[in-house]
Amino acid sequence: MKTLTVISGKGGTGKTSLVASFASFFNNKVMVDCDVDAANLHLLLHPEIKKSFNFKGGKLPIIDKDKCSQCGRCIEVCQFDAIDKDFRVDPLSCEGCSLCARICPEKAIKMEEKITGYWYISDTKYGPLVHARLGIGEGNSGKLVTQVRNTAEEVAQEKGLNLIIIDGSPGIGCPVVASLTGADLALIVTEPTLSGVSDLERIGGVCDHFGIQWVVCINKFDINLDNTKRIEKECYLHGVQVVGKIPFDTSFIEALVRGKSLAEYSTSKTTQQIKDMWNRIFNILNSKNV
Amino acid sequence: MIVSVASGKGGTGKTTVAVNLALSQDKVQFLDCDVEAPNASIFLKPLIQEKKIVPFFIPRLIKEKCNFCKLCSKVCEWNAIAVIKDKWLFFPELCHSCSACWTLCPQNALEKEEKELGVIEKGKVGKIEFIHGKLTIGQTVAPPLIKQVKKEIRKGEDVIIDVAPGTSCPMVEAVKGTDFCLLVTEPTPFGLNDLTLAIGVVKELNIPFGVVINRFDVGDKKVENFCEKNNIPILLKIPLEERIAKYYSKGEVLVAKDEKWREKFKQLFQKIKEKVKK
Repeated sequence: MKTLTVISGKGGTGKTSLVASFASFFNNKVMVDCDVDAANLHLLLHPEIKKSFNFKGGKLPIIDKDKCSQCGRCIEVCQFDAIDKDFRVDPLSCEGCSLCARICPEKAIKMEEKITGYWYISDTKYGPLVHARLGIGEGNSGKLVTQVRNTAEEVAQEKGLNLIIIDGSPGIGCPVVASLTGADLALIVTEPTLSGVSDLERIGGVCDHFGIQWVVCINKFDINLDNTKRIEKECYLHGVQVVGKIPFDTSFIEALVRGKSLAEYSTSKTTQQIKDMWNRIFNILNSKNV
Repeated sequence: MIVSVASGKGGTGKTTVAVNLALSQDKVQFLDCDVEAPNASIFLKPLIQEKKIVPFFIPRLIKEKCNFCKLCSKVCEWNAIAVIKDKWLFFPELCHSCSACWTLCPQNALEKEEKELGVIEKGKVGKIEFIHGKLTIGQTVAPPLIKQVKKEIRKGEDVIIDVAPGTSCPMVEAVKGTDFCLLVTEPTPFGLNDLTLAIGVVKELNIPFGVVINRFDVGDKKVENFCEKNNIPILLKIPLEERIAKYYSKGEVLVAKDEKWREKFKQLFQKIKEKVKK
């Protein structure tokens, strides 16, 4: 089984639009939306939810005022300043580490499990989709990503599918690292803007740090050809392959407002370029030893 | 007044809006709290005058003291520690630095080790005081760094905060405690979906908010209709223009090139001020 994770560093470079197009080219794969706090892939793949699960992603301390002797030990040990001087817990600051409950000499603190999101196994016309929805303002997105990723592996094994395509989230933090864990290849989608270049360097650095091979797609490559050249040169010097250059094409947006991927919406030259890029990625994945 | 600029969906133009808003004013404090992918400095080009390292603590094993009781691995809510027979394994990318393992170890066999979580850089551009945080590559936990960046806020000043995309902890940490949240979106199903999620967060935080629609002349009308129906003020609309996209790609700023836009961003700031006063 092979896993491809699509990430970008910078947001809005076109990850989801490309993943949805890849999805329509072939069967035999599981798709995964690991951008759990701003998931969008479902808007193009229109899943039919088959199974839904609660994500018990967090714990929140409940302080029993009758037992509490106000010794302040909990406030002292909390690294997140989540308990104030009146022994009130700020749920948005609390990370749910449980240290306060474990250290309380009066055993006045109980940790309560919270349902902080949901994850789903769905069917789409292009195969199974595993996706999730993190509750409003909830943390621990990395844990939910891991849950979703593991579920995708189970689904793939169960159905005898040999490829997992993960749509990741922007940034370089917890959820991104969680979506990269175990990946055979990362596709970094960038754009030829100075922000795109800067974020590409950072996310490429993360892939190197965790020893994951990466390739690059320059989306909207024609909006600044100087920057595109610069990215190509940097990639060459780094021994990284640029697997595709996709032009700026407003038909991406036309397709999107119709709830379709570009590949579904049009048979244009851009679609062909995405297909060629996919073939290159597929070959790289297949040439990797398990 | 502290204004946060957030979005839910990435790439909608947060940094563009935040930077233009800052440069339309005479004197503001600018905080780039998108510590995973900080880009505002590309546009503001501040002269960095001060740099400090923000530490992060992880456990270190003192082997002679450890009896492999496994308590540390049991108390770690993020499974960052595994103890297999007489092997102690640590996965730093999972650690949240909660201190439970070294605080609770009965043998005192764990000590805390300082690592670099990220850096904070401070500088100036004209009368704008610039501060950003940069998460160190390989570190995964952004909120503590964002918290440190926000400690630089000077009370009573006008402050503009550039926020990370998404709706989870880094976004919450950056938006928390601000007087107004400007949500930048685009007129597509992705934009609308993520705007709805972001609104959920700012409502929960009890922060007044308004919307900026970027590239308003492409896509569909659903974002506008949604805002009208829910009485959400649309404070600015920016068209899809090749010129604007080119400026952005080169790290240039619209208000520095175009008086008309300087005036528009000035008015945007004024509108926000009036809303906060109410």
